[in-house]
Amino acid sequence: MKIKLPLTEETVRELRAGDEVTLYGVLYVARDAAHKRMADALDQGKPLPFNITGQTIYYMAPSPARPGQVVGAAGPTTSSRMDRYTSRLLSEGLKGMIGKGSRSQDVKKAIIKYGAIYLGVVGGTGALISKNIVSAEVVAYEDLGPEAILRLEVADFTATVINDIYGGDFYEQGQRAYRKAR
Amino acid sequence: MRDIDAKTITQTVSRLFQEANFTLSDDVLSALKQALQDEESPAGRKVITSILENASIASKDRIPLCQDCGTAVVFLELGQDIHIVGGDLHTAVNDGVRQAYEESYFRKSIVQRPFSARTNTGDNTPAIIHTEIVPGEKLKMIVMPKGGGAENMSRLAMLTPAQGRQEIIEFVVNSVDVAGSNPCPPLIIGVGIGGTAEKTMLLAKQALLRRVGEPNPDAETSALEKDLLKKVNNLGIGPMGYGGRITALAVHVKTFPAHIAGLPVAVNMQCHCARHHEAIL
Repeated sequence: MKIKLPLTEETVRELRAGDEVTLYGVLYVARDAAHKRMADALDQGKPLPFNITGQTIYYMAPSPARPGQVVGAAGPTTSSRMDRYTSRLLSEGLKGMIGKGSRSQDVKKAIIKYGAIYLGVVGGTGALISKNIVSAEVVAYEDLGPEAILRLEVADFTATVINDIYGGDFYEQGQRAYRKAR
Repeated sequence: MRDIDAKTITQTVSRLFQEANFTLSDDVLSALKQALQDEESPAGRKVITSILENASIASKDRIPLCQDCGTAVVFLELGQDIHIVGGDLHTAVNDGVRQAYEESYFRKSIVQRPFSARTNTGDNTPAIIHTEIVPGEKLKMIVMPKGGGAENMSRLAMLTPAQGRQEIIEFVVNSVDVAGSNPCPPLIIGVGIGGTAEKTMLLAKQALLRRVGEPNPDAETSALEKDLLKKVNNLGIGPMGYGGRITALAVHVKTFPAHIAGLPVAVNMQCHCARHHEAIL
């Protein structure tokens, strides 16, 4: 299924755990340190460094681009480290998340409550993924180096729906199908 | 007594980290190709296909295999009859890391003041250096860019002697189960058994250096590895946690004598992007 970013509520409603999607459009990149700063900003009543409403965050920190390259390797990092910040960002309007690995129960509940989606991409394939990134620019927290917030434009970017708004969890479904007694 | 120039060490470390971050070694590639044959799950096969495609793009286009170019772990086996000239050993190694990460556009992932400011050191140093003094006049260097996601899933258990083999298996299998998709399966699982708390963690990491497919020389340990691999793969986690038969490509166990009171066990996980390259000077 082809999906245009930013996501719409209608698209989120259509998606089910296990669906393979290809993404086109704009998303933002943020991981540990940027999440902490965004949470601190909200605590202090300050605005987030970009308008998060309807946006998608990719948990990632690329390797530096060589001259002439858009970006270096650009695969996902483990999403669960962002769990403690996620419900808050969802309540601020975040609609999509891209990463790897399972989320906490709290995040799964918040995904349902706020009508969001969590997508997984294949970790350790950063060179391959870099080919689907059309542009990359720093939008905030440049001093964090690799952990700065980036705005990316992606095309034909493959991902799999992990958690949907109906409580579906692709990791649980997939693993249940192949699990044998110990 | 043989002299080795510190500059040679720096150049070698730099070259090895560059090779490791761009190229998967043939043993890992063969294991992944075999896994593609053996995996029953269509989603799992797709993941392995992407991993193999990634490896080919990385080496062809000189893009790092993974954006996480790792903590720079370096194992040194230093012959006692070597004299290092023109600089000191650890500085030479760190210079090599700095050179590789700067020249080849690798991500610098190390922060200082880990519990407070977490400021990036900017050059991926300091390396984690394990030095062993051995007989002879050769210097063996193994570099291992170790990704953070898999390393975070490491575990240590100070078991008691009575808990024995069965509970070692339960601990290891449970560790893999809890880790799920986080460490980027299919994994290579390093297990240390014996020694002390820190020794067994090191054994678990050293176990990862053995080539995939190379049998453990000790029959009893080899049998334990086979049991562990079977049980880990029965978890059904599969490639990237999407469900499947291949959760691990291999389990490698390294043992050491232990105190009469203890049975330390450590698990160190290696993602499918298993990068380590070596050279002997």
